[in-house]
Amino acid sequence: MSLESAMAIAAEPQDLIEGATGKWEIVIGLEVHAQVLSQSKLFSASATAFGAEPNSQVSLVDAAFPGMLPVINRFCVEQAARTGLGIKGKVNPVSVFDRKNYFYADLPQGYQISQFTQPIVTGGEIILDLPEGQSKTIGVTRLHLEQDAGKSSHDLHATKTFVDLNRSGIALMEIVSEPELRSPEEAAAYLRKLRSILRYLGTCDGNMEEGSLRCDANVSVRKPGGEFGTRCEIKNVNSIRFVSQAIQYEARRQIEILEAGGTINQETRLYDSARGETRAMRSKEDAHDYRYFNDPDLLPLELEPGWIESLKSALPELPDARSDRYVHDYGLSPYDARVLAAEQEFSAYYEAALTSGATVQRDPKIVANWMTSEVFAVLNRLNLEISQSPISAAHLGELVDLISDGTISGKIAKEVFQAVIDGEGSPREIVESRGLRQVSDSGAIEAAIDSILAANPDKVAEFKSGKDKLFGFFVGQAMKATAGKANPAMLNDLLKKKLT
Amino acid sequence: MSLNQDDVKKVARLARIKLPAEAIPAMITELNGIIKFVEQLQEVDTKGVEPMVRVVTMPLPMRDDRVDYPNLQREVLSNAQEADIAGNRGRYFVVPKVVE
Repeated sequence: MSLESAMAIAAEPQDLIEGATGKWEIVIGLEVHAQVLSQSKLFSASATAFGAEPNSQVSLVDAAFPGMLPVINRFCVEQAARTGLGIKGKVNPVSVFDRKNYFYADLPQGYQISQFTQPIVTGGEIILDLPEGQSKTIGVTRLHLEQDAGKSSHDLHATKTFVDLNRSGIALMEIVSEPELRSPEEAAAYLRKLRSILRYLGTCDGNMEEGSLRCDANVSVRKPGGEFGTRCEIKNVNSIRFVSQAIQYEARRQIEILEAGGTINQETRLYDSARGETRAMRSKEDAHDYRYFNDPDLLPLELEPGWIESLKSALPELPDARSDRYVHDYGLSPYDARVLAAEQEFSAYYEAALTSGATVQRDPKIVANWMTSEVFAVLNRLNLEISQSPISAAHLGELVDLISDGTISGKIAKEVFQAVIDGEGSPREIVESRGLRQVSDSGAIEAAIDSILAANPDKVAEFKSGKDKLFGFFVGQAMKATAGKANPAMLNDLLKKKLT
Repeated sequence: MSLNQDDVKKVARLARIKLPAEAIPAMITELNGIIKFVEQLQEVDTKGVEPMVRVVTMPLPMRDDRVDYPNLQREVLSNAQEADIAGNRGRYFVVPKVVE
């Protein structure tokens, strides 16, 4: 996609920011660094495990000892290619590794091996799931492979920085979006979807807290539809929420400067989540002349078109395809479908709840409703992951069966659901042990109705003279008389007959 | 192409080489000599010839994703100018504070 077409993309009216001189539009491009979920590093055989003792996973290649040569990890290449295919990009049959030269304490080589002019993947797209079932497609410029740097800790000593090279040399996929995002919410939706795709593919664990997924945001502002303004880059923000907050703050800061007659300096800024503000890190023009050139230690990366095709045909179903399937095959609303497809673990649970132990076909909508309302509410309340759910998918399915075959009403089902959460057993066991089986015997329900009507002749008279609201009163009384177990549909029908 | 005083200063800064002011004129002459020497290559007509960046024509060798490296923590740190190897907070390379 060209710069012109990116410029033509307009923000939704509600995403414009009101300034003193009128409305402003935010223009955002994101650079995401995703660590490849590999056992060993991109160019060395040392381990990548998170949380190991500092400097215990450092090979002589990672520490840049003289004469050490990089040998590329086939698996990392494959994961980068799969990710490219997963975002509908083009995997290039030839790509090239370059040296990006700069000095920093956690970069022992003095250069980062990266891909500059010929990345492994060109193009691609991410479909944003926006509120009310809306969506928007954002172009991906490129995905390239590069080495991660070591980790500097500035807070362990008053005058020293401590460097851990365990991270040095871990494979990163840098995924660059077109400057087509127009609000902090869109940026968050982009990150959520990209993270979801990476996790579906299993190419990155998406863990922002541990830094295996990191995001830099390029932010500028312009008058709606005008030329792009000067951008600032906000570095290494470590949660999706902070990315939104940082963009919001940064846009306001730039608008204030521009409206006061100032100009924006192109610079790198850091987001301070404690203060909720960004501040300048370093000035770009000074330090950043990277002098890229082909890394003479590495031959071009050539990939067989047949191999790329085989990777493509072996890709798993990804979140967009899955939510589409839920809409078309199961009749779910786009919103519910997206919620259930957003995390692989959600959809695994959902599909297990649909089929596990099922003797009849379960209604996908009822299962989805129970999951998005009751199950998610419990998980939220107890602060649990879906994998730790106190009600198994099979039990949720069983509960839905009991509702569908008329054994219990939806109301009683909530009681059973809670009992399952409390560990009283399976839904079927609870229905039996607590005697919750719905009364669907018309004789028993009729008897209950008759005694209610007989005990309330005045109310019956009122109802017959037009006080329709009393119908609810009779239903309530009859329900009470059957301890809530009367089949509600039958009760309604019978009551209507008796009262007319 | 030739380098002036600013170019030489910039290259020195990027390479983190401390260049005293009195050394600059000699460096300009020397570097321009090298550039001139290399510039002779431009006499060759390369129109329509693919740039050749490598002399070997073989595929990039790849390895499988296996961890196969001993823990060289002690050895790696033993070469550092300064290291914190007391290890009460872990063992680190230590450099002057670089906070941005």
